[in-house]
Amino acid sequence: MYAFTYHRPKSVADAVALQGRFEDPKLLGGGQTLLPTLKQRLARPSDLIDLGQIPELQGIREEAGGLTVGAFTRHAQVAHSDVVQRVIPALASLAEGIGDRQVRNMGTLGGSICNADPSADYPAAVVALKATVRTDRREIAGDDFFTGMFETALEPGEIVTAVHFQTPDKAAYAKFRNPASRYAIVGVFVAVFGSEVRVAVTGAGPSVFRADDMEATLAQDFRADALNGASVSADGLNADIHASADYRAHLVRVMARRAVEACG
Amino acid sequence: MPCTVSMTVNGKAVSREVEERTLLVTFLRDQLGLTGTHVGCDTSQCGACVVHIDGRSVKSCTMLAAQADGAAVTTIEGLAAADGTLHPMQAAFREHHGLQCGFCTPGMVMSAVDLVTANPSPSEHEVREGLEGNICRCTGYHNIVKAVMAGAEAMQGGTLKAAAE
Ligand SMILES: Cc1cc2nc3c(=O)[nH]c(=O)nc-3n(C[C@H](O)[C@H](O)[C@H](O)COP(=O)(O)OP(=O)(O)OC[C@H]3O[C@@H](n4cnc5c(N)ncnc54)[C@H](O)[C@@H]3O)c2cc1C
Ligand code: FES
Ligand code: FES
Repeated sequence: MYAFTYHRPKSVADAVALQGRFEDPKLLGGGQTLLPTLKQRLARPSDLIDLGQIPELQGIREEAGGLTVGAFTRHAQVAHSDVVQRVIPALASLAEGIGDRQVRNMGTLGGSICNADPSADYPAAVVALKATVRTDRREIAGDDFFTGMFETALEPGEIVTAVHFQTPDKAAYAKFRNPASRYAIVGVFVAVFGSEVRVAVTGAGPSVFRADDMEATLAQDFRADALNGASVSADGLNADIHASADYRAHLVRVMARRAVEACG
Repeated sequence: MPCTVSMTVNGKAVSREVEERTLLVTFLRDQLGLTGTHVGCDTSQCGACVVHIDGRSVKSCTMLAAQADGAAVTTIEGLAAADGTLHPMQAAFREHHGLQCGFCTPGMVMSAVDLVTANPSPSEHEVREGLEGNICRCTGYHNIVKAVMAGAEAMQGGTLKAAAE
């Protein structure tokens, strides 16, 4: 790791002010992605601004037809929250499936979505649950937040403060996980809001995307078998040592079926 | 630039000057001499470095010492009683042959104690899931799982079940 100066602001305003003072500052969430990156010397920030002691970034509350989760809420806190388990159980179970116990004890919602790993789990929930990402300066619709592989709509220095998820009538997340890292080879989040069905796919492409054909099919006929005829194109999907693009395309349909079944 | 970090480690208050980029595991091993916490992979995968921060298990190779400022840290050295009596989970690992070379053991035991504290009577499946962040190259895990199940019972106040063999 290259040397840096470490800061621990107590408010979002202080974090914003600190960022303005340094040449190449970087925000530190739970560190479960950033610290491994720094250890490999893949980045060389001048300053690390730890968001861990800012009360405004923490906590989970019911608000305006959904749940607001602070950016510095750890995966384990979402997984074990009584409110999340009651209001959007699929979100609690998604969080419980991230990485391992120790990663969940440190990693945060804000860090996960800002990192925008193509195989991360939370992006599927942000898109399927019609979320709104709140920052220090504006609100961004979940549909517009993820713009590419490891890319988001955030401006340099913009701090995510919370995410508001809308409560669906029913929802479920199914993932085919990499057995070593537990990241999603393919993960599909299905959410039903009245007559609208949203199907968000992570892991398969460079960034989370909605499967429009499946959404239309399920809006007509919400059964796993309705997806039997659905075909998913492998064009543009990720291919690596873990799975070819064709296999990922196949998994999208299988995970979508499992998610629909789990919706009950 | 050096900074001062202060925390409680195994019940004792410590305060030291460290470089800001110092990892918690480096601080524990090199500065405090607590070499029971191991470094296996250094890439957040193996769990040999697991310690407790305010009761929660974390990988100390993926945390800065500065992030632990003000926290209560427990390492494997802090589990046994002052007179050397092993913690029930440590005793269970010994009784059930939950180790061979022993390299992964400190992390396994620390993860197991966190897991059982949160879920006092876990099923075998829950134990296996709870240890996903810990890799062992020797045992094939079966005896580790048996040890954790027996350790869980003993932590609830039961007597430690003897190994089957
Ligand atoms: C072994 C292992 C297994 C894992 N498995 C999974 C898995 O199965 N599924 C999964 O989804 N993830 C997985 N992860 C990743 C994990 O969820 C990370 O916690 C997450 O990607 C990053 O969150 P963090 O809080 O640790 O952020 P950090 O690593 O601290 O930060 C990540 C990035 O986000 C930025 N950032 C952090 N917070 C904010 C904020 N509030 N506003 C703006 N920018 C911010 C940082 O500057 C940095 O660029 C795994 C990680 C490990 C080490
Ligand atoms: S040394 Fe920390 S996880 Fe392997
Ligand atoms: S006992 Fe050797 S690595 Fe687990």
